[in-house]
Amino acid sequence: MQNDTILTMRGIDKQFPGTRALSKVDFTLRKGEIHALMGENGAGKSTLIKVLTGVYEKDGGSIWLEGVEGEAHIHSPQDAQKLGIATVYQEITLCPNLTVAENMYIGRTEGQIVPWKEYEKKATALLNNLGIPARAKQELNHCSLAVQQMVAIARAVDMNCKVLILDEPTSSLDDKEVEMLFSLMRDLKSRGVGIIFVTHFLEQVYEVSDRITVLRNGELVGEYAIEDLPQVELVAKMMGKDLHDLSDLEQIGSKHKAEDEIIYEAQKISSSESKPFDFSIHKGEVNGFTGLLGSGRSESVRAIFGADRVTGGKVKMKGKEVKISKPHDAMKAGIGYLPEDRKKDGIIADLSVRENIILALQVMRGFFRPMSKAQMEAFADEYIKALNIKTASQDTLVGSLSGGNQQKVILARWLLTHPDYLILDEPTRGIDVGTKLEIQKLVLKLAAEENMSITFISSEIEEMLRTCSRLIVMRDRNIVGELTGDQLTQAQVMKTIAGGGQ
Amino acid sequence: MKRREPLTNTQLLMTIAIGIFIGMYALAMAFLGGGFLKAQQFFDILNDNSFLILLGCALTIVMIGGGINISVGGVVGLTVMACALYLNGTNIENSTLSISVTLLLALGIGLAFGIGQGFLISYMEIQPFIVTLAGMFLARGLTTMLSIYPVKVTHEGFKELVKQKLQIPFLGYIAKNGNLIPAKLEIGAIVALVMLILTWYLLKHVKLGRDIYALGGNQQSALMLGINVKRSRFLSYVISGFLSGLAGFVYLLHMPAGKADTANASEMDAIAASIIGGTLLTGGVGNVFGTFFGVLILATIKKIIVLSPLNDSWWQDMASGAMLGFFILLQSIVLSTREKRKIKAADKAALQKG
Repeated sequence: MQNDTILTMRGIDKQFPGTRALSKVDFTLRKGEIHALMGENGAGKSTLIKVLTGVYEKDGGSIWLEGVEGEAHIHSPQDAQKLGIATVYQEITLCPNLTVAENMYIGRTEGQIVPWKEYEKKATALLNNLGIPARAKQELNHCSLAVQQMVAIARAVDMNCKVLILDEPTSSLDDKEVEMLFSLMRDLKSRGVGIIFVTHFLEQVYEVSDRITVLRNGELVGEYAIEDLPQVELVAKMMGKDLHDLSDLEQIGSKHKAEDEIIYEAQKISSSESKPFDFSIHKGEVNGFTGLLGSGRSESVRAIFGADRVTGGKVKMKGKEVKISKPHDAMKAGIGYLPEDRKKDGIIADLSVRENIILALQVMRGFFRPMSKAQMEAFADEYIKALNIKTASQDTLVGSLSGGNQQKVILARWLLTHPDYLILDEPTRGIDVGTKLEIQKLVLKLAAEENMSITFISSEIEEMLRTCSRLIVMRDRNIVGELTGDQLTQAQVMKTIAGGGQ
Repeated sequence: MKRREPLTNTQLLMTIAIGIFIGMYALAMAFLGGGFLKAQQFFDILNDNSFLILLGCALTIVMIGGGINISVGGVVGLTVMACALYLNGTNIENSTLSISVTLLLALGIGLAFGIGQGFLISYMEIQPFIVTLAGMFLARGLTTMLSIYPVKVTHEGFKELVKQKLQIPFLGYIAKNGNLIPAKLEIGAIVALVMLILTWYLLKHVKLGRDIYALGGNQQSALMLGINVKRSRFLSYVISGFLSGLAGFVYLLHMPAGKADTANASEMDAIAASIIGGTLLTGGVGNVFGTFFGVLILATIKKIIVLSPLNDSWWQDMASGAMLGFFILLQSIVLSTREKRKIKAADKAALQKG
C-alpha cells in the first residue's frame, strides 16, 4: 500500500435477494485526488457508495482507512461520519427553511442553547475561505441549487472529512454552477481531501478527475489514470464491448423510403424530465434512441407520449398540429407506447390476459361504450394467435405468465388499437433469446406490412442496429448525433456516445 | 458591510398578520368607536382568549414540526372538569396547597396526553391526525364520564384567585361618575403572555426548537443532518400536551365551571389562528407571535360582529371562515410570487455572469 492512500476497499461483495449487486469489487482512493466512479445505471456505483457510507452492510470484503487501525467497521451513516467519510447526495439533504449557517452546524453541536453568534462567525469564515457565494444568515431556500450543494459540502468540510463522496452532484446544475462546484472541488483536492465523484456526465469526468474506476454489472472493470483512458474507450468499458473486435452483425432491418409521408413530427418538445428536442418519423420507418442507460432516451419517448408532464413544443401528427399533454391525447392521436418497466407502467397482473389486451382499446372507445363479450373474446383470440402468446386460456391472470409473454400481451394491447406510431421502450429486456427474435421480427413485419412507424429502444446495440434504419444518439440528456445507412455500426455508435470520436 | 437579509417566509407571513390586525382594529376604532376606543377592550380580548393563546402555541409547535394536534380542545375540557371536581371535593384546608395540586393535576393531564400521543405518533409512526383524533374522543368521553352535569367551582380560595386582576391605571378610563376605572388583566392572560414568550424562546434559541423546524422543513434531511427526529417529534407533542393542560387551568381561572362541552372546537380556532399567523400546514414555517396575532384577529372579528347589526353566532363563524380562507389565499399568492421573483432573480444573475 502506498503512503498517500486514504481508503482501500478490497473484494467487496453485496448480495440482494435475487441479484448480486457487487462482486469482488476493489476501490482505492488517494489523498488529494478526484476519483470518478463510472458505470451504467445498475452497474453498482450506488451500492458501492452505500456500502462505504454504512447505508448497506457489505456481505464480504474489507475496508481500510488511513489513520484507523485494522479494518474499518462501518455499520451506519453515523459511523462513516465519525471516520471522516462525508457524503453529499444528488438530492440536497439540507433544510430549506433554516439559514445557511444553521444548516452547516445543526445536529452536531453540544449544548441546549443555539449559539447563533458563533454559528454566524464560523460559517462566514468558512464560506469566505471556500469562496462560496452565500451569506451565513441567508435562508437556504433563497440560495441557488448550486450554492445549496456547496453549503452541504462546506458542512462536510467543517466536519474534517478525509473522504468526500459527491453522488451525482451536478445533475440539477447549469453550466455556470457546475464550474463553481468544480473549482470548489479542486480547492478541496489541494487541501488533501480525497473526493469520490459519481456522475454519468462523461465530459465532466474528464474535466476534473484524476483517475477513473469503471464498474459493470457489479464487477470491477478496472482502474485507470485519466490520461490512459480516452473517452471512447471509457464508453466501451462501461458497455462491456471491446473496441477492437466490434464486427457488425448482419442486418435484417427493413429500410423505409425517405419520400414517405412524415407520420409524427415534434419541434422543441420538452417535458419535466427531458430537454427540448426535435424529432420526426416517417411512415413505415423503424428508428431508435440509443445512449447509455440514464442518457435520457426513455425520457424522450415518454415526452412524445405525454407520460411525463409536457412543458413545451409543437407536435404534428400526419401534418396536422395536435396537442399531446397526457397519454390519452397521444392514444387518440394514434400513438402507442410500450413502457420500459412493464411491471410498473404496463401490466395489470391481477387482470386476465383478455382484459389486459382489451384495455387500451376500451380506453380509446371510452368506458361508456363497452364492448360485447364475444367481441372481446374474438380480439383476444386473434392476438394470442398472432403473437403466439403462450397462455392456458384468455382468462389466465397475466401475472402468472412468463416475462416474454407478458410483454407480448402489452404489445397486443397496443396493436389492437392499430396505432400509426408505436413506441417500444426496452421491449426485449429480461426475456429469452427466442422471444427476443420473435419480437424483433414482429417489429419489422409491422413496419413493412402495416406501414406502422416504430421507435425502438433497447440496451443491446446489436438489436437496435438490426432493426432500426436510423439511430438517434443521446448523451447526458442531449441528442448528440443521428446515424443512418453506413454509419450504423457499433463502433460509430460508441464514438458518437463518447463524443467527437476520440 | 452590514446587509439586511430579506424577510424569511415565516417573518413575512407574520408581518402580514400583524398588519391586518392593526388595520382591522383601527377600522373598528374609527367606525364602531365605543368599547374599541378603550384600552380595556383590548385587554378583554386577551382575558377572554388567554387559553386560546396557549392552545395556539401548542398547535404552532407541532405544526412547525409538520404534525397536527386536534386533541387540545378535548384536553382543555377534561382538565377543566377534573380540576373543578377536585377543587370542590378537596378537604385540604390550606387553599394555596389545594390550588397548587389543581395546577399539577391540570399539567399532569396535559402531559399524559402529550406523552401518550407523542409516543404513538413518533415511535409507533401512526398518523398524527388519527392519534390526536382518538385523543380528542378519549378526552371528551372521560369528561362526560366525570360528570354529565355542569360543575361550578365552589372552592373559596380559587374563587378569590379568579377575581385577582392586574390593574393598569394609566390605561384606564374615567367613568361617567368621574372615577378612574383602571384597565384589568387577568392572571390567565399574564400566564399566556409569559408562556408565549417562553415558547418563542424555545423555538428560536433552544436546540430542540431548531430541530423541530428542521424536522418540519425536511424530515429526511433532518435525519441526515444528525437530528434525533423521533425524539424531537415526541417532545413537540409533549410540550403541546403540557400547554393544553395549562390552557385548561387558565380556562378555569377565567370561567370557574366545568361542562361536558367546554372549549368545544377550540382546537379548530387554534389551528385557524396558527395558519392566519403564518404557520404552514406543511411544516417548517411558523412563529408563535404570528399565532398570537392570529388569535387576536379571530377574537376581534367576533367582537366587531357583536357590536355590528349582524350580531348572530353564524355570522361570527362565517366571518372567521372567510378570514381563514382569505389568509390562506393571500399566503399562497405571496409565497408563489416570491418564488417567481426568486427564479427571475436567479435567471438575471446567471445572465449577468454569462
